[in-house]
Amino acid sequence: MAGFEFLSPEGLRVDGRRPPELRRLQCKLGVFQQADGSAFLEQGNTKVLAAVYGPHDVSRRSQALHDKAVVNFQFSMATFSTSERKKRPKGDRRSIEMSLALKQTFESVIMTELYPQSKIDITVQVLQSDGGNQCVCINAATMALIDAGIPMKDYVCACTAGYIEDTPLLDLNYLEETARGPCLTVATLPKSGKIILLKVESRLHADTLEKVLGVAEKGCKQVHTVLDFTVKDNLKHEISAFQ
Amino acid sequence: ADAKCLGMTSSYKTLLSRCERVYIVDGVSQGIRADGRGGKDYRHFSLETGVVSNTSGSARITSEHTSVVVGVKAELGEPTSNKPNCGRLEFFVDCSALASPQLEGREGEELGSHLAHQLTSAYRNEECLDLEALGVIPGRQCWVLYVDALLLEGSGNVVDALSIAVRCALTNTRIPRLVVSGEGEEMEIEVADNPLDSTTLDVSCTPILVTLSLVGDSFVVDASAAEELCGSCSVSFAVDPSGRLMHTCMGGHGGIPYDKMHDIIQIAQEVAEDVFGLMEQKQQEIVSKSLSAHDMT
Repeated sequence: MAGFEFLSPEGLRVDGRRPPELRRLQCKLGVFQQADGSAFLEQGNTKVLAAVYGPHDVSRRSQALHDKAVVNFQFSMATFSTSERKKRPKGDRRSIEMSLALKQTFESVIMTELYPQSKIDITVQVLQSDGGNQCVCINAATMALIDAGIPMKDYVCACTAGYIEDTPLLDLNYLEETARGPCLTVATLPKSGKIILLKVESRLHADTLEKVLGVAEKGCKQVHTVLDFTVKDNLKHEISAFQ
Repeated sequence: ADAKCLGMTSSYKTLLSRCERVYIVDGVSQGIRADGRGGKDYRHFSLETGVVSNTSGSARITSEHTSVVVGVKAELGEPTSNKPNCGRLEFFVDCSALASPQLEGREGEELGSHLAHQLTSAYRNEECLDLEALGVIPGRQCWVLYVDALLLEGSGNVVDALSIAVRCALTNTRIPRLVVSGEGEEMEIEVADNPLDSTTLDVSCTPILVTLSLVGDSFVVDASAAEELCGSCSVSFAVDPSGRLMHTCMGGHGGIPYDKMHDIIQIAQEVAEDVFGLMEQKQQEIVSKSLSAHDMT
């Protein structure tokens, strides 16, 4: 892609954003009636649906844990979510890897000690993929868990960041992700500021790590602001519906 | 098709006591259903098109407890050897675990392939879609339409909802215009420069499926999850816009009394006419609206 400008001379990115700008984030809670909790989250052009079922009985007694709940996470991408048709929506290695990573993330945040011998099922479905799939899935799952009323230690807010043409960029879209520059995925717990997930799958110079990480953490705080606002707004609507 | 599939996509919490079963079955025999509908009434649904941007056509059907998204992708591929001039249709149904945690592994895949098989059979009739128009270079290249359905939520009678969404997505599909040049071995295919320069599909004979379930002694249209659990067998008819039957398929266990066949075929045709009317209305709305950004609620 020689000659392709990721950063215009005026400092604008491919989609017109400035480097430290997050994509437009919109979220809706309770989109499914049958699930205990559900959310639809849009971050730019990436659209993800999440549903939570539980806590409920474990189907196989041998799977149950005596002191805490089992968290089951499933990640799946719709066949039409990417511009090239994806033949296997789930079950391929990447999906399984992602499911495992997200399961571990949420196991540490959900207060599983409150529900021994039970299971919590979290499913995320990517409807449209335009970069930052893992992050949008984490954000959507957080919202679905809040909608289900499952106690968590904190929100889990995630964001990507990259480094192209000597500039740290926040929230990469698909074009920027495939630009062969580094891509950092960070998930944090906003109140304590702890990083719960950190993933880099490309080469990143140690000097630039701090800069990029700083940008990503700021992005996570912005995500938290939007998510928190959505939850409180939703609550206001529900309360006013009672009156 | 076995009874296992009938109640499978109902809410994983659907449990019916004996009293509830008696209530539903007796109600149906008196023409009153649990949610107040008549035997021939469809549940209210809404249709949206153009919901996914990476596709050649897409549609979404939403009803109270059902949500299906269908995306159609047109790609160039090789035609089958026995029909070198025609394009191909390939169906794939993904039963998402969003609908029920039971659909996570193999169960979801099995149900998905069962539903895809039903759709494939319904469309096997050559008149359903003009596949010859999808041929590009005879014997070498043709348009392959990958119809991918994603079941997000399902509560009874998922097959009908799927077929409606599929037809809506096909109506909405835009295939880019191609310019074929050259001769013999060196034929070149060029896609037209203008992205809006595209052709649509001829859906005048494309069917939808109408499923009638036998609950007790009477047939009901668009069975809910609870009704499906009480029902014995079901019969699905593929009806096209002019009322012709393109395909029939039975499912579940049990049999249909011969003297009822004529009545149920007529019911299926009437119901299909209403549904086609709704879809036509929706199509007019889309045409009159200006091209707007894809929106998903």
